[in-house]
Amino acid sequence: MVNPRNAYGQKLVELGKKYSNLVVLDADLSKSTKTILFAKEFPDRFFEMGIAEANMISTAAGLASCGKIAFASTFAVFATGRVYDQIRMDVAYSKSNVKIFATHGGISVGKDGASHQMIEDIALMRVLPNMTVIAPSDAVQTGKIVELMVENDGPMYARIGRADAPIIYEENNLQNLKLGEGLIVEDGADITIIACGTMVDSALDAQKTLKSKGIDTRIVDMHTIKPIDKKLIIKCAKETGSIITAEEHSIIGGLGSAVAETLMDNNISIKFLRMGINDRFCESGDPKDLLEKYGLNQKHMVKNVINLIRN
Amino acid sequence: MMKNYDGEIIRKLEIMAVKIRKKIIKMLYRAKSGHPGGSLSTVDAIVALYFLYMNHNPKNPNDSNRDRFILSKGHAAPALYATLAELGYFSHVELNNLRNMNCMLQGHPACLCTPGIEASTGSLGHGLSFANGVALAAKLDKKDYKTYVMLGDGETNEGQIWEAAAAASHYKLDNVTAFIDRNFLQIDGNTEKIMRLESIRDRWSSFGWNVIEIDGHDIKKILEALDEADGNYNSPTVIILNTIKGKGVSFMENNVDFHGVPPNEMEYNLAIEELDTLQKKLEASI
Repeated sequence: MVNPRNAYGQKLVELGKKYSNLVVLDADLSKSTKTILFAKEFPDRFFEMGIAEANMISTAAGLASCGKIAFASTFAVFATGRVYDQIRMDVAYSKSNVKIFATHGGISVGKDGASHQMIEDIALMRVLPNMTVIAPSDAVQTGKIVELMVENDGPMYARIGRADAPIIYEENNLQNLKLGEGLIVEDGADITIIACGTMVDSALDAQKTLKSKGIDTRIVDMHTIKPIDKKLIIKCAKETGSIITAEEHSIIGGLGSAVAETLMDNNISIKFLRMGINDRFCESGDPKDLLEKYGLNQKHMVKNVINLIRN
Repeated sequence: MMKNYDGEIIRKLEIMAVKIRKKIIKMLYRAKSGHPGGSLSTVDAIVALYFLYMNHNPKNPNDSNRDRFILSKGHAAPALYATLAELGYFSHVELNNLRNMNCMLQGHPACLCTPGIEASTGSLGHGLSFANGVALAAKLDKKDYKTYVMLGDGETNEGQIWEAAAAASHYKLDNVTAFIDRNFLQIDGNTEKIMRLESIRDRWSSFGWNVIEIDGHDIKKILEALDEADGNYNSPTVIILNTIKGKGVSFMENNVDFHGVPPNEMEYNLAIEELDTLQKKLEASI
């Protein structure tokens, strides 16, 4: 188990050495987002903005207008909903080279409760023109994604969770990772689970259980939700006939919606189910218990796959 | 360092301000939409900055050493557009197409559409934060360009302005100068009735800003205030411009009905006539 937040902070330090124009802003959460690692190494290029997220985003855009690659970090709930207008005007509409990197996405934030469990961020960011939206699945991929965010110009939003996460990838598996191109992590012929973020690992667990029950499940890690990898979705629909999407996010507007839109736009009618938070706020609790209660663990995936295939 | 601005230079800038006001009236009349009041009140400061004070190059709008001007109160775009056209950032012909489809002059400033526009504005309250980012980059890169930002007085109702005011002071951004277009009117009425702003001076000075207050239509005073800001170290400067909404057109002055309503044909003719008379008077005095 490795925390993707550490991977983010460490990668910023590594890239800070290579890119002298990399700057980082945080809103009084640098110890949690791990931008503090960058702050210690490059104090001149780190800007503590205090508890003032709106100002942070617009300031990041000002820095970007002068050739800086500006990372702005805070919790997903504050990094998007609270500053939607700033992102809309100063980042998306202006095509600023601002990278909003949020931690603490989803309900696995746990005990802090619904106020801190961001389940609308992907929808909010996805609807903005010019915005790339990413949800890495493990610490290794998180590091690689940060590299790609630095290498590619333009507005981007990435979200990771709070908790430690199992390692899915080795670094050399991801050398050719590209934004906008999903990964087939496990191949299978009977059904595809398209997942992002923390749900990729749960899907891999489900895949093993399903195998023992004779169901051959393909697992896709759709790390980039926008632009969505349409080709891969169509390929999976054609080759496996059924698709389930899984995300630690509302079922409205996120990965599930993006996949559904792609299928409908291409006149593809298949068995299809979206797993996510079912249009409601959740509550305080242990992350594991919350994921169980709100239907987002490998057990639920197994059940949903069997139901979808058999009915 | 205070410079001595001679009378002829000032008079020429005053004439330019009248010309810009005429262009604003023409643009808005043609577009049949837009914001006359708050455009007219900002003109003198914008003219002082662009025609004399700022280091900028219309032939190279992206010169990394340029001084930056950010129009945070984006609805005053016509004042900035007329100025940029006059300086050659783009053709005068574009002014005829303000707010028209397939044209570069958007209803509110859009940095990807128009040369010389630094930031996309129109949603109030963002510009000072953006200016701070530009100023932090200057400090980081050890460049001595300056960042100027124009705020509406009503705009300072926005909470983000005060987040930015705190940050500029915290980071000792003496390379940021903010103007407040203090015309006392916002859409729903008098600023003090809508949401009291006074004492503006005390508010900004308690946030650690160097505060200067002047007649916002006196170009000489504006230039002297800019010099004073330039000589101020370790804190940002705010220049409160005491202005008249609709300045230069008698029936628009202090008339909130012209916040977001363009002149009709009769009003247009009357406005141009008044401004023509003023221009001739100023020209005769050189």
